[in-house]
Formats: sequence, C-alpha cells, structure tokens
Amino acid sequence: MQRIGVFVCHCGTNIAATVDVKAVAETLKNESGVVFSTDYQYMCSESGQNIIKDAIKEHKLTGVVVCSCSPRMHEATFRKAVASVGLNPYMLEVANLREQCSWIHKDIATATEKAVILGRAAIAKVHLNAPLTAGESPVVKRALVIGGGIAGIQTALDIADAGFDVDIIEKEPTIGGKMAQIDKTFPTLDCAACILTPKMVEAAQNEKIHIHSFSEVADVKGFVGNFTVTIKKKARFVDETKCTGCGLCTEKCPMKKVPNEFNMNLDNRTAVYIPFAQAVPKVARIDPNYCLMLKNGKCGVCSKVCSVGAIDYKQQDKFIEERYGAIVVATGFNPIKLDKYDEFAYSLSPDVVTSLELERLMNAAGPNGGTLLRPSDKTHPHTIVFVQCVGSRCDDSKGKPYCSKICCMYTAKHAMLIREKYPDTEVYVFYIDVRTPGKNFDEFYRRAVEEYGVHYVKGMVGKVTPRTDGKLAVQASDLLSNEQLHIDADMVVLAAAIEPDKTARPLATMLTTQMDTNDFFTEAHPKLRPVESATAGIFLSGACQGPKDIPETVAQASAAAAKAIGLLCKNSITCNPCVAHSDELMCNGCSSCEKVCPYGAITYIDKEFRMPDRTTAIRRVASVNPAVCQGCGACTVACPSGAMDLNGFSNSQIMAEVDAICK
Amino acid sequence: MQEAIINKAKELLADGRVDRVIGWKKGEFSYDITPAVFETAEEIDAEFVCNDFTSANVSKYLVKETKKDGTVLAFLKPCDTYSFNQLVKEHRIDASKVYTVGIPCDGKLDPEKIKQKGISGIRSIEKDGDMLKIDTVYGDETLKISDAMSERCLSCKSRKHVCYDELIGEDGDVISSNRFDMVEQLENMSAQERYDFWRSQLSKCIRCNACRNVCPACTCEKCVFDNDDSGISNKAAADSFEENMFHVIRAFHVAGRCTDCGECSRVCPQNIPLHLLNRKFIKDINSLYGEYQAGADTDSRAPLTDYKQSDCEASVVHERGVE
Repeated sequence: MQRIGVFVCHCGTNIAATVDVKAVAETLKNESGVVFSTDYQYMCSESGQNIIKDAIKEHKLTGVVVCSCSPRMHEATFRKAVASVGLNPYMLEVANLREQCSWIHKDIATATEKAVILGRAAIAKVHLNAPLTAGESPVVKRALVIGGGIAGIQTALDIADAGFDVDIIEKEPTIGGKMAQIDKTFPTLDCAACILTPKMVEAAQNEKIHIHSFSEVADVKGFVGNFTVTIKKKARFVDETKCTGCGLCTEKCPMKKVPNEFNMNLDNRTAVYIPFAQAVPKVARIDPNYCLMLKNGKCGVCSKVCSVGAIDYKQQDKFIEERYGAIVVATGFNPIKLDKYDEFAYSLSPDVVTSLELERLMNAAGPNGGTLLRPSDKTHPHTIVFVQCVGSRCDDSKGKPYCSKICCMYTAKHAMLIREKYPDTEVYVFYIDVRTPGKNFDEFYRRAVEEYGVHYVKGMVGKVTPRTDGKLAVQASDLLSNEQLHIDADMVVLAAAIEPDKTARPLATMLTTQMDTNDFFTEAHPKLRPVESATAGIFLSGACQGPKDIPETVAQASAAAAKAIGLLCKNSITCNPCVAHSDELMCNGCSSCEKVCPYGAITYIDKEFRMPDRTTAIRRVASVNPAVCQGCGACTVACPSGAMDLNGFSNSQIMAEVDAICK
Repeated sequence: MQEAIINKAKELLADGRVDRVIGWKKGEFSYDITPAVFETAEEIDAEFVCNDFTSANVSKYLVKETKKDGTVLAFLKPCDTYSFNQLVKEHRIDASKVYTVGIPCDGKLDPEKIKQKGISGIRSIEKDGDMLKIDTVYGDETLKISDAMSERCLSCKSRKHVCYDELIGEDGDVISSNRFDMVEQLENMSAQERYDFWRSQLSKCIRCNACRNVCPACTCEKCVFDNDDSGISNKAAADSFEENMFHVIRAFHVAGRCTDCGECSRVCPQNIPLHLLNRKFIKDINSLYGEYQAGADTDSRAPLTDYKQSDCEASVVHERGVE
C-alpha cells in the first residue's frame, strides 16, 4: 500500500477562484492510501516545494499527487523536488486542476466536484506507479535545416558558426526562397538581392554547410538527438559535380517558351535553365516537362554544347540517408491562389497582378528590366490601385482568417517606390486597417502618405471590371466619407494572403509535429517556447510558424539555431523512462505493434519458452529497444492481447484512472 | 466431391507428403459435424465427411497443429482461405507445415434453420435441384435450399480461394454481396433503437465463449478475458451492461483482422447476430480508409495498423460517430 501525499495548489486565484481548494484537500484526505493532504497558494514556489519535501520526510510518503496546473508546466519542477529528498521522480503525478478544470468552468460547486474527481484519478494512478530510472542516449552532432530561404540560410549559418555540420534541404534548384524574388525591402528600401545573395554565397562557401538543392525529405525516423532522414535528391538531369554554371546550355536550348516561375510566369525561360543569375548552387536543371530530348528523344543540343559533359538525360532520383541530432523546419510560405476572387478580375486581365508579381515587374532582373510596364500592352501605368487584405482576415471559406502581417508594409513600399520613380502615377491603396507595428514601420507608412502623396482610402474594392479600352474600372467604397468611388485604373495590385507551403503538412506528419488549422507549425509554447515544436529536437524557423517579415524571420531563424546548438552541444540526453515493453508470455508475435511503431523500436525474436507441461517451445515475441522507444503508446493500443504495456502509463494505471473518474 | 477429397487425403498421406489431415468428422446425426484430425487412411475411411453441413472453418485449428512436428493437410473452403491467410500474416500459423487443398463450396446448410421449420427427427438430407429432400423419422419432407442455407452463405463474399497448394474442382470469383445490407439497416436506426436492438440481442448471451473460441482472429496466447491481471475479466461480471460489452470489446479486438467468416454467429447457441458487429467495422474501414479485405493476401498493411497521407482525418471519423 502506498503512502500518498496530496498537495492542492491555489495558483493565486487561477484555481482558487473557481475551485474550493480547501474542500478538495479535505475530501481527498479520505481516499485510500492518502496519509497527508494540504493546500497552498503557490505549490511551484520554493516554499510550496518545501511543503512537499517536508511532508515526504515527515510522513514517509511513497507517492505524491500535486493538484495544480498542466503537467506541461511544472511536472519537471515537482519531479526534481521529490527526487531531492530521495523519492523516485516517477512516483509523482500531477492532476491538472487549472487548464482542465478551473479555467474552463464558472460554477464553483461543479468545478470543485470535478477537481476532486481529477485528484482521485491521479491518486488511483499513483497506487500503481513504480519507480522508473531514465537512461541516456547520445546526440548526433549534425543538424538538418528543411528549406533554404532566408530563414533556413540564417539558421544554417548560425549553427555552422557554432562549429556543427549542417545540411540544408531545398526543394527548388536554388536556395534563396521568396526573398530572392523580392525587389526592395521595407522599411529601409535596400535591394533584397544585395543583402540576400551575400548570405547565399556565405552558405555555399561555408565548409560546415552542405546544400542539397532540388531535394526533398522522403522519410524521417528516430527521435531527438538521433534522427535518420532519407533525402530524395530529385533528378535534375545535370551532374551537379560537373556543371560550372557557364550558362551556355541555356543560351542554346531551342525550347524557349517555358513559363519562368522565378518571374512569376510573367516571361519565359528555356527548358534547361538556371533560375536566376545569383543562384546557389549555380547549376543548371533540365525541366523534363518541356525538354525535347526527355520528351521525344530528339534534340540533345545542351549535351553537345556542354564542355564538361554535365548533361545526363538518364539521371534518376537518388535517395541518401543521413543522421541528425536536431531538425529545423523552415519551409516558408506562398501567396494564396486567387482564382476564387472573380470580383478582382485576376484571371480575366493580365493587368491585375499580385504583389509578388509586382515585385518581379519592378525588379531589374524581372521581365521588363526594372521598368514598370503594364503586362498587357507594355505601357506605363498612370493609375494604380492597390487592394489590401485579399484573402486575409477573411471569415469565409475563400480566404484565411488570419492577418498576413506583411502586406500593409510592402504595399506602402510599393506605393512609395512607384511615386518616387514615376511621379505622374496616381496610387490608391484600399485598406481595412493599416497595421504598422515594428521598428520604423509607422514612420515609413506616414512617409508614403505625407511625403509621397499616396491616396490611402479606408474601404474595400467591390469590383474590378476590365474594359474594352484597356482600362480597369474599379468600384470601391470610401468608408470614412461614406461615398462610392469609381476609378479608371491601369493596373490593380492585389495583396494576396500568404499561406504555409503545401509541403509543410506531409512534412509535419513525418516529423510528428503539430500544426494549427491553417497548417502553420505549432510552437511548444506561444510565449515561452516560440521556436521549438512540441516534438523534442524539432525547431521552427520563419514563416512556417506564422506570417512574418524578413527582420522577424531572421531573428527567429537565429533563435531556432541557438536552440539547436544548445541541443547539439550536449553529448547525451536523458531518455524518457516511460517506454513500452512486452509481456512475452502473452505476446502472440502478430507484428501489429511493429507495424504501428513510428520509431522502429520493435523487433521480433524467436525465444524458447518452458511450457506448463514441462516441454519447451519456441515462440515469436516482440522485443522493444528502450533506447529507441519514445513512449508514444501506439503499440499498446494496437496489441490485441494486451501484451504491450507502457511504463508510467500502463493499461492498468489508465483503467484505474478511468474507474476512479467513473466511480 | 467427398470421394475426391477423401482420395486426395489418402493419396497425400500415402506418399508421405503430409502426416496428418484436418477435416470433418461424422457426428451422431448427419448434420452434427465437428472438425477433426486424421492420421491414417483407415480413420479417414471410417469417419471423414464433407457434405452440405461441413461448415466449420478449420484454419484456426492449424495454430495448434503447426506447432507439432510434421506437415498437416487442410481442406479449405473459399472463406476459410481468408482466415488462413490472415493467420499466416499474423505469424500464428507456420505455413511451411501446411499443405492446403482448396475445395469448392456453394453454400452450407444450417441445421438450426431446418429445425425452425418444424422439421425434426432428421435421418438424412439430399439435394434435389433447388429443393432439399429430407428423410425424417416422421416421413419425408421437402424444403427450398435457400430456406435452409446458412445466413452467412446467403451473403457470401467470395467463392475464390485466395491461397492453396492444390485445388479440387474449379475456382470461383469474388462476388459482390449484400453482406452490408443489415448493417445499413442498423445504421438507419436512431441511437436509441440501435441501443435497444443490441441490448436485447446481447442480453441473450450466456458467456459460453463459443464465439471467441471458434473465431480465427481470436488466437491470443492468453485472452484478456482470461487474464486476471488485465482487470477486464472481473469487470465483465460487474453488471449486465458490462457483460454485454464483452462482444463490443471483442469486436474491437478483431477489427481490421476479422475476415468476416461468420463462424461467431454460426456457433452462437443463442443465435445472436454477432457477425453484424464485425461487419459494421469492415464497412466503416472500407468507407473511411478504402476497400480492404482482411486475409485477401499475406503482405498488405491493414488500414488500422497503417498510415497513409490520404487517410481521413480523425475528426471525420469522430463526426460519423456523433448523431
């Protein structure tokens, strides 16, 4: 029989305002095995911990139940406290009276009743707890960064700086990401390429950084400190080790009518191409959807002109396996598709563009060499209408419920740049609100309004109609003066909402990390652990976690790197002792558990057993590698005979908890 | 047919290809038949039988038989081959110790159904076209075959043998069956009606455990209901509702592994339609995770122990359970 102490925390008024904590402590005193029960204002405080420690010594407690906040908050605190006076830390259970009780109820009587029930469940569990000892597992001193945009590059540079090897996996043929497509950056208006490309080159030159461009994550196994990742190096039909990036093949390629995705399909590229001049690695890729040789087997020009023999039409996807201690996700964002927004005539007129398309139209390496021309007739636009929040802050199913955060600022930037370069152009910005929280952001926006004379109109554009004379008839409402506006625009620019990259969700599944309903990765704690995922060893960098501008992305990228470095510095990490084991006498050897184990921790062995009739029999039974098991419990559910069980969360403990709740 | 089967058994025993034969043995009455193991040609001549009443699925017996030395010959009807495959897949049968001979089946008769028609004292039964000629101690009776056919055979899913070393007769096809009709009827009931249906059915249960003992998916070394440490066996005796839960828990335990052989309902002395619980799971698995037939092969991954990115979200599964 255990000797159990119950400690009920007030958490200031967080718990005590809704739960009668004294009544809970008093009622739980009567539970079997409970020899001591008390309440205190802050159990997590030093004096609170001392109450627990003293009680363990005085009452010779063998088990402790703390009724407080979520175990995610202070389980570690209390485990250390009980361990300091010689009790096994796994003889402690936390009943969550805050997140699962006081915070979600209003009525004191019902909340108190529920608090007692939760306490009872924890007591029932402690009765069946057994001391557990944690082992250690080594840390592989290498990090993986998934995504080679500015977030991934910054994270990789910082990790490499600390002396660790780091691999970048980038799905496109070059690193650089969205920032490489941007013309100028707010609020300083410096050229994006001028500040990004030195970082790309630095990454390429750093001996500790290994870039896998045009590659994807195919599979992830393992756990914190010891991930095994299969990388799919997609066939680019050009030998990376031979190609010098001279570009001769791209000049000679006869297939010149391929939409150029780097310029948002506003001009064309060749079938063999290098995405842009400063691409890293500067290696060509053949697009198999357009290459005449790969499609029809007739051409081969690039192969003939390549002086180093880098063209390889027979190249296949290659899979390589690598081990990592830490993984940083930096998969970034994309503007949403606007095909559902017929009211803005995006698919009807080439002169209705997205903001990212405008970046390319204004960029010196863009389709017009940096001169802003209408895509339809290549004339100078004299009236430009910007529409904010296209798909952002939307409560219908077409758009996203969140604020994309960057649009207000880049639109102010666009408006300012256009007024600066083409003062004869009238610029209208239609907005719901202008949001400028950031260093020098509001000053920047005010300059656009006050110095550059951009017409900011609070209101939404209702309809854009392409007219036969080439103009775009814009109908909008001005909410402040309460009047309808009709503007004959030459161009309309839509600030499309941003969304996480489509590769993020399958990746999250492979990494067993959580996502929110918008497919942004969920951080371990929104305030206190913003760059860690809830899965140990997986860190988050940049817009994959939520909309961010470049300064924020870079700050978070370095923060994620710091967390990864903190992990890689360790030689070993303490394992979770709550691992699975199989009762060999009950195991059927059916392989169900092996199939559901996400960590590959279960193998089967043929083992000799003495049978009741004194014969021996060889049976196939499951065997768990405790160093690999992460204690997820999937096997215990899959096991038809109940042979698989989890230390610390055994089937009987969970049944006891359920019984205590249903009593 | 019986003659061909007996000859095959004796032939394989004689040339040493197999050491034992698992088949069916005559009982007191012509319809009262049990599975049995035969070791000699004499035993076979004396007792082996294969007729319209040899419904028992012998695959499960191979779990024990393949632990012994030597090779065993098993005669498998099409539906039995699914169970056999599933057991091989779960490493419960050592397939290298079995020689399987597929035998055709066009539906077995249910003696209970015949008795329910008021026919008793049965001496022998003969098929005549689509009618049965029944010789009873009270005189001759006739009955339409379809009225005497086992419920599970009326909704047969396959006449194809999914595995065999040798085949007697022609192999059939997987057939599109009406086996989910009754499940659909249950689904269309209100929650209360369905609860009442199952309470009334399951309350008939006498916990004889025949369903579990015959089920080819229930081959655990130690059943949780026999394991005092599991805490389940005591629970089941707590009250009549907990008692009823036995079948629901059992259906969960075999979910994704049940081949829908129908043995559970066949052996139930209380005639509880237990197979409907399993069929509900099969229907749900098919609609949520794509068509899957347990035992159709020995290497595919079952939906409930596999994850595909195309799998429906847990919330979708949840919503279906909410009325």
